[in-house]
Amino acid sequence: MNWLLDLTPDEWNAVRLSIKVATVAMIASLPPGILIALLLARGRFWGKTLLNGLVHLPLILPPVVTGYLLLLTFGRRGPAGAFLAEHFGIVFSFRWTGAALACGVMGFPLMVRAIRLSIEAVDRRIEAAAGTLGANPLWVFATITLPLILPGLIAGAILSFAKAMGEFGATITFVSNIPNETQTLPSAIYTFTQVPGGDEGALRLTLISIVISMVALIASEVLARRVGPRMDIE
Amino acid sequence: MTLSVDISHRLGDFAMEARFESAGRLTALFGPSGSGKSTLINLIAGLIRPDKGRISVDGNVLVDTAARIFVPMHKRRIGMVFQDARLFPHMSVANNLRYGRWFTPASERYAKMDAVVDLLGIGHLLDRRPAKLSGGEKQRVAIGRALLASPKLLLMDEPLASLDEARKAEILPYIERLRDETKIPIGYVSHSVAEVARLASDVVVFSQGKVAAAGPTEAIMRRLDLLPAEERAEGGAVLDTKVLRHDEAFGMTVLASQAGEIRVPKLARPAGASVRIRIRARDVMVAIEKPAGLSALNILAGTIVNMKPGEGPEVEIGIDCHGAVVVARITEQSRQALGLRLGSQVFAVIKTVSFDRANTGAGLPAEADV
Repeated sequence: MNWLLDLTPDEWNAVRLSIKVATVAMIASLPPGILIALLLARGRFWGKTLLNGLVHLPLILPPVVTGYLLLLTFGRRGPAGAFLAEHFGIVFSFRWTGAALACGVMGFPLMVRAIRLSIEAVDRRIEAAAGTLGANPLWVFATITLPLILPGLIAGAILSFAKAMGEFGATITFVSNIPNETQTLPSAIYTFTQVPGGDEGALRLTLISIVISMVALIASEVLARRVGPRMDIE
Repeated sequence: MTLSVDISHRLGDFAMEARFESAGRLTALFGPSGSGKSTLINLIAGLIRPDKGRISVDGNVLVDTAARIFVPMHKRRIGMVFQDARLFPHMSVANNLRYGRWFTPASERYAKMDAVVDLLGIGHLLDRRPAKLSGGEKQRVAIGRALLASPKLLLMDEPLASLDEARKAEILPYIERLRDETKIPIGYVSHSVAEVARLASDVVVFSQGKVAAAGPTEAIMRRLDLLPAEERAEGGAVLDTKVLRHDEAFGMTVLASQAGEIRVPKLARPAGASVRIRIRARDVMVAIEKPAGLSALNILAGTIVNMKPGEGPEVEIGIDCHGAVVVARITEQSRQALGLRLGSQVFAVIKTVSFDRANTGAGLPAEADV
C-alpha cells in the first residue's frame, strides 16, 4: 500500500493541480451553463440551432482541434487572449488557468445537456402559479425553477468535473505539459509512459485518478439522494 | 368591486368576444368546456395577453390594448386557484402558504395566517409536503396560498373539477365560508349547475366564446335554455331559505322560503342559518287543485308566469310562488290535459326526497364544525 501513497513532489503537484483545474472549470462553467441551457430549453430566437451546434462542437471535434482553436483564440496573440491579458491581466496560455479553460470548454456540452433536460422537465404552470402570487420572473427563477432543477445541476456539475479530470487532448495542445503549471494527471501519466521505467508512476497516478473519480461519483449520488426526496413531483 | 371586461381574443380556430361587467360577491363564469371561460380568467390574471380589448377591476386598468397597457401578472394582485392545485413540490405546506405573502407589501397584507389556516381547516397539514396530501387537501392549501397573498380579486378555475364527489363535498363548504366571511370578490369558473347554483351570487354564461347571458343566479339558473345540454337536467329554481326548525322525529329540516315552507332531509345547520336550495325542474310536478292523498310533502301555491317549449315533448313552466319563481318541466300532453295557461293558479309539488346533498348543501363536515 505504501508504494501507492509514496508520491514524488511532482506527482503530488499533478494530483493537486488536476483537482484545482477540474473544480475551477466546473464552478466557472455553471453560470454560463445555466444561462445557455435556459436559452436552449425555453428561448425562441433566430440562430438557436446554430447555438446548439456551437455548444456541442467540443463533443464532436477531435480534442486536439478544440485545443488548437483555443490556442488561436485565447493564446497570447489570439484576439480574445490579447484583449483579456491587456485589460484584465488574465493570461491563459501555458498557465493552469488555460488548462481550466480547456477542461471547462470540453465539459460544457455535457453540463448544458444535463441542465437543459432538467429545465425542460420543469412544469411551467407551477412557475405561472408563482407569478400570480406576486413573484417577478427573477424571483420565480430563484425560488421555483432553480430548486426544481437542482438534481440536474448536480448531475451537470459532476459530469463537467469528471470530464475535466480526464481531459487530455485539448489541454496538452493549448497549454502544453509543464510540470507544476499545466501538467494534470492525464498529462503526467502520459509523460510517465514516454520514459523508460515510468510504469510504476503511471500505475500509481492511474489508481489515484480512479479513486478521485469514484469519490466524485459517490459524492454526487449522496447529494442527489439528499435532494431527491424533496423533489417528489406530484 | 366591479370587474369590467371587453375583449376579443383568438386562439387557433377559437374566437372569443366577451363583454360584461360584474359586481357580485361570487361571480360564476359558467359554460360547457371549450366555451372560453378558462381563457377568460387567464386573461384577467395576466397569464395571457388579449389580442384586443380592455380589462379593469374597480377602475384600475389591467390591460388596455388601445392604450398599450399591460400590467404583468406579478403586479396584478389577483389570486389564482387552478384546477390542478399547482403547489410548489419542493416546499412544505407552510412555505407554500407563506410564498405569496412574502411578495405583498406589508401595508397591503390583510390576510392573517392563523385566520386562513382556521378558515380552511389545514392546521394539521403545515409540516407536510404537497405530494403527501390528498386531492381535497391540496386544493384547500392552494386556496389558502392564494388568499395569503392578500389579493384584490380571487379567481378559481374549476377548482373542484378534478375531484370526486366526496372531495367536492369536503371543499364546497369552505368556499361558501370564503364567500360569506371574507370581503374578497371571487370569480369562479365552472361547468356544473350544482356548484354555480350553490355558490354564485351572479352568473355570466359563456357559449362558444361569447357571453350568452349575465345576471343574478336565481334569474339565470331557471332559464334552462341557457344551460349546456348535459347539465340541463340539473337546472331549476334557486331559492335562498333559512332553517326554521328541525323535525327530529322524521329526520327532516323545515326551511322558510319566500315560496312557503319547504321540507328537506335533515341538514346539519342550526335554526336561523341561511341555506340555498336548488329545486330541479324535473323534480317538480304541477297540479291544478291542491292535491290530497299524495305522499309529496312540499306543495307550493302560485301562478304560471311563463311557459315555453323545451326539448322533445316537454314544456318549461315558470310558477311564481309569492315572488319566488319555481320552474317545472312537464310534458305538452299534461299541459293540454290540465289546460294550463299563463295566469293559471296552480300548485307546484316537490318530493322531500328529491333534495339531496348536491342541491341543499349539507354544511361543513363534522371535523370542521368548530
